[in-house]
Parts: sequence; structure tokens; C-alpha cells
Amino acid sequence: MLSRTADNLYWLARYMERADFLARAIQASRRLAALPKAYGGDETEWESVLLSSGAALAFESCGRPVNEANVIAFLTFAPENPGSIRNCLEHARSNARAVRTALTIEMWESINDAYLEMRALESRDGVPCAEELARFLEVIKLTSLTYDGGAYRTMLRNDAYWFSRVGLFIERADNTARLLDVKYHVLLPQKEVVGGSLDYFQWSAILRAVSAHTAYHWVYRTSMKPWLVADLLILRPEMPRSLISCYESIVRNLDSLARAHGRQGASQRHARGVYGKLEKLTMESVFQGGLHEFVQGFIAENNRLGALISEQYLF
Amino acid sequence: MDSRLTQFDELAGADGRIRAPYRKLSRWLAETPPELLASRREQAELLFRRIGITFAVYGAQEATERLIPFDILPRILARSEWATLEKGLIQRVAALNAFLADIYGAGEILKAGVVPADLVYRNPAYCPEMAGRRVPYDIFVHIAGVDIVRTDDQGFFVLEDNARTPSGVSYMLENREVMMRLFPELFALHRVAPIENYPDELLATLRSVAPPHANGDPTIVLMTPGQYNSAFYEHSFLADKLGVELVEGRDLFVRDDVVYMRTTEGPRRVDVIYRRIDDDFLDPLCFRPDSALGVAGLMGAYHAGNVTLANAVGAGAADDKAMYTYMPDIIKFYLGEAPLLQNVPTFRCREDEALAYVLDHLEELVVKEVNGSGGYGMLVGPHASKAQIEEFQAKLKAHPQNFIAQPTLALSTCPIALASGVAPRHVDLRPFVLQGANGARVVPGGLTRVAMTEKSLVVNSSQGGGTKDTWVIDDAWVDEEAMGQA
Amino acid sequence: MAVQHLRLTPRNYDGQHVVDWRIDVDRDCRLVQSEDAFGNMLHRFSVDGPLESISTVVEGEVTTFDTAGVASGAVERFPPIVYMRETPLTSPSAGISEFARKTASKESGTLGKLHALLGALHESFTFDADATHAATTAAECFEHRMGVCQDFAHLFIACAREIGAPARYVSGYFLRTDAEDQVAGHAWAEAYVEDLGWVGFDPAHGVSPHENHVRVAVALDYLGAAPIRGARSGGAEETMDVKVRVAQMPVFSQSQSQSQ
Repeated sequence: MLSRTADNLYWLARYMERADFLARAIQASRRLAALPKAYGGDETEWESVLLSSGAALAFESCGRPVNEANVIAFLTFAPENPGSIRNCLEHARSNARAVRTALTIEMWESINDAYLEMRALESRDGVPCAEELARFLEVIKLTSLTYDGGAYRTMLRNDAYWFSRVGLFIERADNTARLLDVKYHVLLPQKEVVGGSLDYFQWSAILRAVSAHTAYHWVYRTSMKPWLVADLLILRPEMPRSLISCYESIVRNLDSLARAHGRQGASQRHARGVYGKLEKLTMESVFQGGLHEFVQGFIAENNRLGALISEQYLF
Repeated sequence: MDSRLTQFDELAGADGRIRAPYRKLSRWLAETPPELLASRREQAELLFRRIGITFAVYGAQEATERLIPFDILPRILARSEWATLEKGLIQRVAALNAFLADIYGAGEILKAGVVPADLVYRNPAYCPEMAGRRVPYDIFVHIAGVDIVRTDDQGFFVLEDNARTPSGVSYMLENREVMMRLFPELFALHRVAPIENYPDELLATLRSVAPPHANGDPTIVLMTPGQYNSAFYEHSFLADKLGVELVEGRDLFVRDDVVYMRTTEGPRRVDVIYRRIDDDFLDPLCFRPDSALGVAGLMGAYHAGNVTLANAVGAGAADDKAMYTYMPDIIKFYLGEAPLLQNVPTFRCREDEALAYVLDHLEELVVKEVNGSGGYGMLVGPHASKAQIEEFQAKLKAHPQNFIAQPTLALSTCPIALASGVAPRHVDLRPFVLQGANGARVVPGGLTRVAMTEKSLVVNSSQGGGTKDTWVIDDAWVDEEAMGQA
Repeated sequence: MAVQHLRLTPRNYDGQHVVDWRIDVDRDCRLVQSEDAFGNMLHRFSVDGPLESISTVVEGEVTTFDTAGVASGAVERFPPIVYMRETPLTSPSAGISEFARKTASKESGTLGKLHALLGALHESFTFDADATHAATTAAECFEHRMGVCQDFAHLFIACAREIGAPARYVSGYFLRTDAEDQVAGHAWAEAYVEDLGWVGFDPAHGVSPHENHVRVAVALDYLGAAPIRGARSGGAEETMDVKVRVAQMPVFSQSQSQSQ
């Protein structure tokens, strides 16, 4: 396969995943910010979203005050934010268009429909109203589901599929890790407070941002505890957004590539290394070494994998 | 001359009697309730909007979702008509190739004084870098899209020889697919020659001209300027149908005169490039240094015989409007045959006598710039204002060698289906001719372009023209039908 | 990865004899010698990256003769008419056309007209190395009345073609009497005169080339005769240093190096 095609597919998947994560993060934060102060409702929530979506610096340079309306506008439709949902979608579509024949019609249509919907919304005068915004975030989530499902159900299992899967899981691991990093202080184990904690709604917002709110209860069958939230997002293999689950998938897809090409490389070795470490890890050791430090280390390893893949396959 | 001024309808004929190839369609139309036609038009619209979305999104204007209008009534040619056309097309392309091999080689035709040397050597599309170079099998034009019009049922005129990177074949193929889904009953009534083998024929053509080192199993790629090119949809469509990689310049590199593409499994040698990018942009070391679309060193690999480019570099020297006027002589010179397809009578304004005539008759002529294309730099006398005519008078006097003039042709018409019913519209035809080492072939039919507005002669899709499926049907069926009628 | 095309090797003609010439590239590569469209010596090579620099050293010895500017005995691949082709760098503006016709009208005969153009250009244009760049067109140079030898050559070519004389760009070396070390090669033009053949005109000096000129490559314009054309993939910035040393024997050398 052409390296550029692989590159496009890889980034296409990353942009789609990022758009989906942003949509979910915005929805979760709106919920949290709408709570009374006594329940953890807090304007600083919007700063966290900026941080976890990696848009804090860009936002700062635009010089607007941090509040719900500004942050949401920045994360959704702002053309000046390179990581806004609209730009993710635009990049995704541009990548898709360049490799149109490597995609199935279902995948192309899901991206193109969302894009056309976005363009329709943008071409109208004025800022989208709350209802339109809510609808748009739903469309993004649905698009990511349709796209993903389209890929899973209709793509040939060859390079094209593996590269796009690898992109998706690297992006997903990155998103989960950044969410953990921004919220690490509320996830540290503490003495159990009778009658719950002020942070309860923070934990629940984190889970909602990765659509794991229900999953938590199925996995632990207990009330919300911060270290279990961290455990779920880092070490539970059955949780599709956990770091370990992402790496299990990355390793599997990179191995498929290696088998097809008859050649292993640095990216396979690195991914297996990261996966192996996660497998041996316990939450105790994570907390001992510091959750923040662990997450920072992970983000660096994950970025390194991205660089190695690009070196090995994408020139 | 008169036949060109009275309009010829391909369905009704000159005498108003339905022409044989259209008898079945005509009867079917008479029997078909207008609602059915309307519903098929809607279905076609829907189908095309689905495919059409992909057509339009690849256009240069991101914001405009423009569909190229499609008409659901086929344009029909009898096999006997097609046979003439086919022979003529193959003859034409053979002559184009002989001419190109000659002007980049010995230059016999220039020495013989058949074509003026300055017309070749000063032609912007003539490529000095190709002088003295042989190309595989002496084929310069592998794919030609020859624009054909007719003004009566006697013969065909060539309007233009597109020898560079003719486009439109994807529309030809898509139109047929849509028609087969919409009108199975019409296909059952006629015996329509298939065109779906075009991609296979193209692939066979490209394989046949591969350099010998490829040992019969060449790596072929289709090279596009990229997704912002207006024909990108076609590039991606064809690459898909051919089963070859769609590459951009940055996917290729040259090392020691060998072309490679960057793949996930390392560099892979490339043997044949079906390029849909203009000469000027191919190699920044040879041509435009600012071209980011090309491949540095490509011409070196090409001259070393390590890669075949289709069409060859410099092929455009044969298809400009000034050279066009010499095509009948070119055919006679190389093939010793009379041309089977006529040229539209053309005045070369570089010749004094012709210029004088043209200046006197501007209001009835079409004046074209020799190196212009797509209606740019053109005067349509009958529709021009006084000011425009005066402007062209001045231009003609200043640089007569830059212009040719032709009488306005009454292009033939074909029926199209409108909301208001069936009505005639002007059409042209672009068949696609393939020339490989293993012979020439033309899939029966081509792209019929149609002017959607009444009386309009402009069929260009950039100016609202539409397309139609083009059928070549068996004469046996035509004759049977004719007898049945009698 | 980098690909380079070098037109740095002179060929014999009646005005010069190449005694000795060689090219050295300080990288492992295959240096392929060929002849380009206009009959110039072309050396090509490609080098795999990553690269910090490529240094190309060219050295040689040429014996020259004064032919009163007539460039006979050179390799000619085309009839003169080819050199009537317009290129973006030599396309005449309205100003150039007027200048050319007016200047030439004072003389009769092609050779006389060409010499009139040479004189007029040399007089009314100022040499200024900072005024232009490699892609400056004849029209731009004409407007600013300033430029380097390359621009004057383009301008002369545009004028000559305008009055119906085929003309071409010549790149080469020039032996200066005031300095051996130079920052660039030299450029001039040749125009075709019926019955005489190709004649050189050096508008930067206002003379016809003589035994101080070493003729290296000809083309329709600078692009076709450029001493070095290169392309690379990857990498950030690129700079080129050129050092030329032209001297009377016993020392004669030229060196060009490129680094990025």
C-alpha cells in the first residue's frame, strides 16, 4: 500500500476518534457545570476540558475569558482552533477524500454526511443555538459509531483496515490518558467519606466523558470510588477505552501488519513493550509512583509509538 | 455548406421520418406514459445525487454541490455508423502518433514542407526535451479523446483531437451503469454493445507499452495532481477500476534513473505511469521549477527508458488548433490514405488570403485562439456584439498566426427528456481511442455531451452542459425493425 | 534524499578547446553523464538522505580564442527557429517590444540592430546584484532598469526575438581582469544572424564575448542552462554557496558547494 494512503487512513481514524471524544467531553462537562456549587458544579470545569482536549494554549492565545459559551464555541465550530470538532471533521474528510477508494461507501458516506450537515449549520447566519449544538454533538457521536461500524463490518482485513485501527486506538489511548491527567487530583485514593464526596460528580463526569458510566457499575458492582475509576480507565481489559484495552488492540493490529508484510519493526516491539508493562501493572504501584507521573509517562510512550509507526511505514 | 446550416435531428432525420436506429426508442417513448418517464428521471436524479455527491465534492469549489446534468434518453448509433467512425478514429490516432514520432525524430514532414516548421517548433506544446528521443513502440498518444460532431447522416466531423490527458471516460462508464439500472426493458429491446470492458482495455494498453525490464508484469500507477484537481473523481474512479495505485508526485521518487513509489513495505519500482498531470508539472528539474506536483528526476528515468509515461511527454504538439488544420495532409503523408473523418473547414489566419476572408466575415464565423482551450479566447460571430467583433478584428490584425476561424456548425440534435416532454438538443461525442503496442481499440460509444438549453451549442460541462449514455446497436435489429415498419 | 542536475561542463566550439575537466561530488553516488535537449553536457546524480551538505567541486582547463563573438562549430541540436520560442522568463512586455523596435529601427541589417540593442541595454541598465533573484523575468528587469548578467541576458533575448532574430541564453565563466574570485558564473546571450550564424552578445559588459569568456551551456532561458538545478525531499532550510575562481593558467578552477 502507498505510504501516503496508510498515512491518510491512520490520521483519518485519529481525527474521527478525536471528534467523538470532544463531543462526549463537552456533553459531560455541561452536565457537571450545570450542577449547584455544593455538588461540585464549577466554572473551572471549562478549564479542565480545554486542558484534556489539548486546546488550552490555543484558547489562551485567542484572549477570550474562560466560560461555557466561549469554550464550547472554541471546541466545536472555531476555525481558529486546530483541534476543534469542525477542523477534526474537515481533516477527516480531506484525508478520506484523498484515499476515497481505500474506504467503503458506508465509511465515506458517514463522514461526508456529517460534513455536509456541519457545512449547512455553518453557512447559516449567527451562532448555532443550544438545541442545534446539542444536535450537532449527537450527530458527531453517531457519525463516529457509523464510521466505526462501517469499518468493522465492511472493510477488507488488510493494510487499510489495520492502519486505521491502529490510528483509532492510539488516539483513544491518548484521549483517555489526557482526561486522567487533567483529573488525576480527584482520583487519588483518600479516606472514605461517609455519605459520599464532593468529587462524586467529578468522577461521574469522567466516566460519562468516555461513556463508561454504566460500565463502571457492571464491572465493580459498588458505589463510585476514585481509585476504581482510575483502575477502570487504565487497567481493565474489558473496558474498551482503557489504556490496556487500547494497547491490546494496537498490538493485535500491528501484528497483523507485520504478518502480512513478513517483517517486524520497532513499532511492533515498542507496542508490545507498553502492553507488557500495562499487563504487569497494579493500581497500587501506579498510585505509589504518582498517578500524574504515570500518565505523563504513558502519553510520552504513546507519542513515541506514533513516531515509530510513521518512521517504519509512512516514511 | 448548406447541410451544415440546416439542423439535423438524429431521431427525426432530415425528412422528418424516424431514423432506423431510433425506431424502437421512438415507439417505446410513444407507448410510455409521461408519468413513467418522470419517475425514471427522478430515480436517475436520485442515483446520481448519490454517486453525484461524490462527483461534486471532488470539484474545485467545495461549497457548491454541483451535479452534471444527466439525460435519461440514450443517444443511439447504428453499428454501421459506428464502424465508419471507429475506422476513422483509429486512422486519426495512428496519424497523430506517426506525426509525433516524426517531429521529435527525423522531421520528414517538415522537410517535405507539408507542415510549416515554425508551427511545430514555436508551438508551446512542442517539447524540446523530447527531440531525438524514442518512446516505447513510437507511441506518444496512448489515450485520445477525439471530439466528434455531425451535421447530417452522411459522416462525422472531428472538432478537436485531445491527445494530452483527455477526461470524461468515468462519466461514460457511470452513465451506462445508471442506465442499465433504470431501463432494463430498453436494453432488452436493443442489443447495445457493452463498454464496461474499457478499464480492462486501458490496462492492457498500458501493460503493452511497459519497458522490457518489467518482464511482462509491470507495476502501473495512475498519477494525479491531487484531490483539488477538478477531475480527481475520475482519477480515483479509474485507479479503482484498473486496480492500480493512485499516486501523487510526492508518492514517487527517482534514484539513479529508476522511479519508485513509497509504500508501507518500502520502495517499489514503477514501470508505467498513466499520468493525468500536464507536461509542465511533471519534473521540476526539467520543466516548471516551482511545480510541487511532479517528481524530480522523472524525465531522466523516462529518457533512460526505465519508465513509460502515457501519454508521452510532448504529445500536445499534435492536438493544437493550428495543427488540426493540417490533419488531412498529415494522414495522407504518413498513411497514404484519404482521411475517413472530415475536418471542419478551417481558415488559417496566418495565411493572407484566409485572413482577408475571415476579417470580412467575422459575424458568421467562430474564431478560436490556436492555443486556447475550453472556450477561452474565442469569438462566436453570430452571437457576438459589435464591440467584441471589433476587438477580435484588432487581435487578428496584430497576431494573425494565433488564430483560426471556422464556420458555425449546426450540430446535430438528439431528443432529451424534460419535465415538459421530449425535445431536441444539440450534442457532440467524445469517443476514447486506446493505442497500445498490441493495436488500437475503441470501446463502442463514448461520452455524449448535450447542451441542456434550447438552441444552445455549448456542451461544455463547465457551462451547464449535460451528458447522455451513448449506444451502439446492431444493424440487424435496425433492419428487422425497418422491415416490420414497412 | 536529493537529486541534482549539473550543467557545469563546457564543450568545444571554434572559440574554445576543453583541455581538461572534471567534477567531484563529496557523496557516494552514481554521476551519470548525458546530453540535454540543447546539446549541453548534463551530469545527474541522486543521493539518499539524511544529508547535511553536498559539495560539488568542478575543475578544469580551457583554451579560448577570440572569434569576434561568432559561436560556430558548437553542437547544434535544433534549427534556429526553435530559439524563437517564448518562455515565461523571456516573454516581452509592451515596454520591451517598444524599446526593441525603437532601438533597432535606427540600424539596418540584423547584426547592426542587435549591436544597437546591446549598446542601448548596456547604457541604460544598472548592474545591481540585490535588485533581482533567480526567477526575475525580463519584463521585471526592464521595469526596474536594474539586474545582474542573467537578467540582462533575458532582456536581450526578449528584444532580439521581438525583432525576429532567434536568440538564446548562454551560461559560462568570465575571466575578470580585476579579481579572480567571483560569487557566480557569468551569463550572456547569442542571437542568430543569417549568413553568419550564432553570434554572442554580452549585455552586462556591452561587448561580444571574446577570449575571456568560457561558454558552458545554452538554452531558451536561464532555467534550461542553469549550472545547478536540484530538488530534495524532507529537511528544513536550504542554502547554496557558490565560489567561482577563474584565472589564467597556471591556475584555473571553479568550485561550487551546496549545503543545507
